[in-house]
Amino acid sequence: MNNLTEKLKEKCSDAVLEVKTCRNETTVLVNPGDIVNVCRFLHDDEDLAYDYISGISGVDYLGKEPRFAVVYHVYSMKNKNRLTLKVLVPENHSVPSVSSVWRGANWFEREVFDMYGIKFSGHPAMKRILMPDDWTGYPLRKDYPLKGFIPAKWTKQDRPW
Amino acid sequence: MVNTETERDTMILNVGPQHPSTHGVLRVVLELDGEIVVNSNTVIGYLHTGMEKTIESERYVQAITIVDRMDYLSCFFNEIGYILAVEKLLGIEVPERVKFMRIILCELQRIASHLVWLGTHALELGAMSVMLYTFRERELILELFEMCSGYRMNSGYMRVGGFYLDFPDGFIDRLKNFINVFPSKINEYETLLTKNIIWKERTVGLGVLSAEDAINFGVSGPLLRASGVKWDIRTAHPYSGYELFEFDVPVGTHGDVYDRYLVRMEEMRQSLRIISQAVKNLPSGPVNVVDRPDIILPPKRNAELGMEEMIHHFKIVSAGFPVPEGETYVAVESARGELGFYLVSDGGNKPYRLKVRTPSFANLQALPLMLKGIMISDVIAVIASIDIVLGDVDR
Repeated sequence: MNNLTEKLKEKCSDAVLEVKTCRNETTVLVNPGDIVNVCRFLHDDEDLAYDYISGISGVDYLGKEPRFAVVYHVYSMKNKNRLTLKVLVPENHSVPSVSSVWRGANWFEREVFDMYGIKFSGHPAMKRILMPDDWTGYPLRKDYPLKGFIPAKWTKQDRPW
Repeated sequence: MVNTETERDTMILNVGPQHPSTHGVLRVVLELDGEIVVNSNTVIGYLHTGMEKTIESERYVQAITIVDRMDYLSCFFNEIGYILAVEKLLGIEVPERVKFMRIILCELQRIASHLVWLGTHALELGAMSVMLYTFRERELILELFEMCSGYRMNSGYMRVGGFYLDFPDGFIDRLKNFINVFPSKINEYETLLTKNIIWKERTVGLGVLSAEDAINFGVSGPLLRASGVKWDIRTAHPYSGYELFEFDVPVGTHGDVYDRYLVRMEEMRQSLRIISQAVKNLPSGPVNVVDRPDIILPPKRNAELGMEEMIHHFKIVSAGFPVPEGETYVAVESARGELGFYLVSDGGNKPYRLKVRTPSFANLQALPLMLKGIMISDVIAVIASIDIVLGDVDR
């Protein structure tokens, strides 16, 4: 892990804002604009080799600034260790997409967009995945009500490409 | 329509969401050139019920019931993953007996889940009788679950800090009986399929996924191991005492549908090996952490008779317990792959955010890659080999 911290600081010193370890989990806070460079470096570096993405989550810290966090859980098959990357995103800002680094990130990013409305720039198909295409609102935002009455309707979504 | 790359006339065919072989409500849109799939698109979300949103308004104990229903064919993995995440934030270390009991239940669940997969997979390729065999043995496992928790599926048996109740009398005897019976049953399934020429014709060399592609797509579980990557969270990052057990991790070589079949068959044998070791060495002792009365309910009998215990019981049930502020990511090896729980707590009695990284969701993403270039009649075989549960995909 020290190796990782040193390497990150050496290669992407501007991008890495903070590195902390808690409960044996290392979290790296990354500047949102540099997330692709950091991920590309972590993926391609032969020693670190973070070649697998476990998932991407959004978190809504309503009332705090910046409001959203996007959390990347990546894994190295070679070294068998996990790493958490985190970017903080203000409302109405987008994050560069990492789907060019791990193709598996494609659906995870779509899910974050679907649930939080955080757009990922450079994503090949930035559209909703779980909710209907013409849904309004982003369900997992903290200001989105849990209960309510929305009339059921048939939606036209027959254009898969 | 005309394909933009090849400029040949292609046809769009819609499969699902109400198709009996899509394991739920999966919709796949195929672009066909004759009988060959040139392109495909997966449409999901038909079973989305907003469980992650619901969990944010439920107390930690109530959330167990909800995570149970995500992957409804393997509820104990959801329970153990979620509970390990909560226990990690609470800083609880559970007694040895609890760990062993959890492993027994999880491995039984793995077998039960693989049996459903095997039965439906064979059914979809026209071998109907296999389903009748596998559901017969699955029944034995579900009866064991019913015996200890009262439910056959979605049991909600595990609790934060241990279990509500110990295994009932006679459970271990019945489990031992199952351990004795089951190996011959696996052999029986194998005589039906493994060397069956029709089975091999339909599965060998089909839906190949290379190791690099599988890792890049975030594919895990038997699907990844069939591609030749020996990665199992139970051995790579042992949790709940898996480091005490001896078992092999089967891997395939070709990454095709047949290898996935072989890997899962061997996994059932290995699970049985783990269960028999756990039964043999099952420690005695409490089934709860002893020094955390703020989390563990008092025994039911005392709660009915004593005033203090009743108030104590009422307090935990109605107000729950606070979990220290922080966040953690815990992953367990479910029957389908890496099942991860990213839990964020703000110090309250409800999860601030629980993101569930479900294996089916990630595995399904690689479907277009596996479908490209195969015949339309093989599409269903490939979908079946991923072993998706749509509840797990859509949540």
